[in-house]
Amino acid sequence: MRHIISLLVENEAGALSRISGLFSARGYNIESLTVAETEDPSLSRMTITTTGSDRIIEQITKQLHKLIDVVKLQDITEGNYIEREMMFVKVKAEGEPQRSEVKRLSDIFRARIIDVTDTTFCIELTGSGDKLDAYIKAMHENNIVEVVRSGSMGILRGERALTL
Amino acid sequence: MELSGSEIIIQFLKDEGVEYIFGYPGGAVLHIYDALEKQNDVMHILVRHEQGATHAADGFARATGKPGVCLVTSGPGATNAVTGIATAYMDSIPLVVLTGQVPSHAIGTDAFQEVDAVGVTRACVKHNFLVKDLNKLAETLKKAFYVATTGRPGPVVVDIPKDITAPHIKIPYEYPATVDMRSYNPTFRGHPRQIKRAVELLLSAKRPMVYTGGGVILDGAHEELRQLVRKLGYPMTQTLMGLGAYPGTDPLFIGMLGMHGTYEANMAMHECDVLLCIGARFDDRITGVTSKFCPYAQIIHVDIDPSSISKTVSADIPIVGPAKQVIGEMLKAIDKTDSEIDKPALDSWWKRIKSWQSQDSFAYEKKKDLIQPQEAVEELYRVTNGEAFITSDVGQHQMYAAQFYHFDEPRRWINSGGLGTMGFGLPAAMGVKLAFPERDVACITGEGSIQMCIQELSTCKQYDLPVKIINLNNRYLGMVRQWQEFFYEKRYSHVYMDSLPDFVKLSEAYGHVGIRVDKPGDLNDAMVEAFRLKDRTVFLDIITDQEANVYPMISNGKAHNEMDISPLQQARQAELKKKGELV
Repeated sequence: MRHIISLLVENEAGALSRISGLFSARGYNIESLTVAETEDPSLSRMTITTTGSDRIIEQITKQLHKLIDVVKLQDITEGNYIEREMMFVKVKAEGEPQRSEVKRLSDIFRARIIDVTDTTFCIELTGSGDKLDAYIKAMHENNIVEVVRSGSMGILRGERALTL
Repeated sequence: MELSGSEIIIQFLKDEGVEYIFGYPGGAVLHIYDALEKQNDVMHILVRHEQGATHAADGFARATGKPGVCLVTSGPGATNAVTGIATAYMDSIPLVVLTGQVPSHAIGTDAFQEVDAVGVTRACVKHNFLVKDLNKLAETLKKAFYVATTGRPGPVVVDIPKDITAPHIKIPYEYPATVDMRSYNPTFRGHPRQIKRAVELLLSAKRPMVYTGGGVILDGAHEELRQLVRKLGYPMTQTLMGLGAYPGTDPLFIGMLGMHGTYEANMAMHECDVLLCIGARFDDRITGVTSKFCPYAQIIHVDIDPSSISKTVSADIPIVGPAKQVIGEMLKAIDKTDSEIDKPALDSWWKRIKSWQSQDSFAYEKKKDLIQPQEAVEELYRVTNGEAFITSDVGQHQMYAAQFYHFDEPRRWINSGGLGTMGFGLPAAMGVKLAFPERDVACITGEGSIQMCIQELSTCKQYDLPVKIINLNNRYLGMVRQWQEFFYEKRYSHVYMDSLPDFVKLSEAYGHVGIRVDKPGDLNDAMVEAFRLKDRTVFLDIITDQEANVYPMISNGKAHNEMDISPLQQARQAELKKKGELV
């Protein structure tokens, strides 16, 4: 099962390597990991997507919690949550009809073209991982120059929140 | 009070009540060593290798319950300490290891003797710190001691760049008596409802079993454990790490469990219907194959570390909390409840256990001219009245020590259970002897293990640490040889140590007493002599049967009820069967 674990960690050098080191040392999967400072500069917010049986996920959350740098964590997939990922795609766009096709496809996915040259478009797209996958699939493989994905971030719906 | 970083470190250690630090100087810690030299409150023990420093501090910690403290230099000083840090980590021993680091401005430049100590030790510490600001030095040290000694204890490394310790930069110092860490809140109380449920389940048992580990000793919960087990009258077993929490000579203790535990303890584990586990972690050497582990039991697991619970074996009633507090509450709950122990069921359970016990699974055959390793340990037990502190290295001798030296008190049995570190025993014995100079301290070892830290004989001389070394010398790396005998068709690959040193002469060269014993009849005299020489380190080189094996044994992939028993025991069983006496 795929799980999204949100963490608040001390914003200190080494915190990230402790967490990623835990995953590699114990043989757990990391599908994606994102991290950035929060509105409180002493804290970082991290989102880890991982897969494993219930037992492994239980161990992952316990082991993460045991790390001294981890202040708080939550497996948000246990609740009602929203998940988004952001992607930049650089595609070849050389004359017509290629340029119009890319533009049309991007409109369908509600993507935005954020950089344009004579030969390329750079497209920004936000959505669930599946949506990003679908966009890439719909785009002709040969057209794709470069893909940058942020990894998932998630937040709980409603009043529940991961805060101190 | 204005102090330099080095002075802060020393003053802090004094304020923290640290009596001994074990260490080895070097470039990055020169300022600290200069500050050490100017005072007399904290005594520094100069080891001969940083691994020895960590093991000695570890032995001190295990024997006293206080944190062990080390000071080593950057680079190789730090990497040499890693084995000892990992040893402490696996057995949850509180250590604070101060590592010197190259000056802040040189970090990351591949400077002389630079290693990323925080990175290198990350996987084997409870936590580690790099001190980047002199103003946070005292606070960081306090955090290190706090983290090392609370919750599930463990080693903490504090990496200190040389410029932080510069003598000419002084700042105001005040001992930070308290510490506040929002991200670290160990549990201090077990959940009352879970404790009540556990007690009800425990009292309803027909075939109960109590299984305890090092956590009971670490938390000082042995008195509570004794009360609990005696109140219930249930059979109990202890792990290698737990020996001594419950008296080894008490009839309710049915021996150590696991790979080389007693037949009765392992059979009782297999057949029990309720298992109370306190402060143990279902290690693979304990459980055998987990799919066949305790197939009939409902399991209550008490542990301070939530991640220990349901890690390898699922618990039916998990209780996260300190052993002492949780057992204390269990005792109260037993007094309060109307539920009662099923006495007839317990009686017949004990009968069954006694029938297993009658097989005497540790039995071995003595030979007239050849010392059996077991009898050496038994002799040591007699000569020391079972009251010595025993450290050990790793291998067959470690198992014999655990099987034949019956520990009646906690913190007397000091060995590397989790990591299985050869070379642990001698330096650990030094740490114990420092803490208890009036007590007998013996290191049971083998000719393989002792050579991994034998340089510490020199430290024993320098600081007058008269430990007794009981070297069970079979000229083989015995445990590996045993596995090669059983599982590799006797292909003894690189387990014979040719060109062993003359240990008697070697000890004498270090300024100690060496005695060689090769006849069973001389064992007693030699041991008596070793302990009579109160103020001398004595190296007893005991030449033992080369191919003695440790029995009984649960092989890889086997369950508790699938133990291999010794040939001697097999023959006895065959005889009993013939007579129709075997159940």
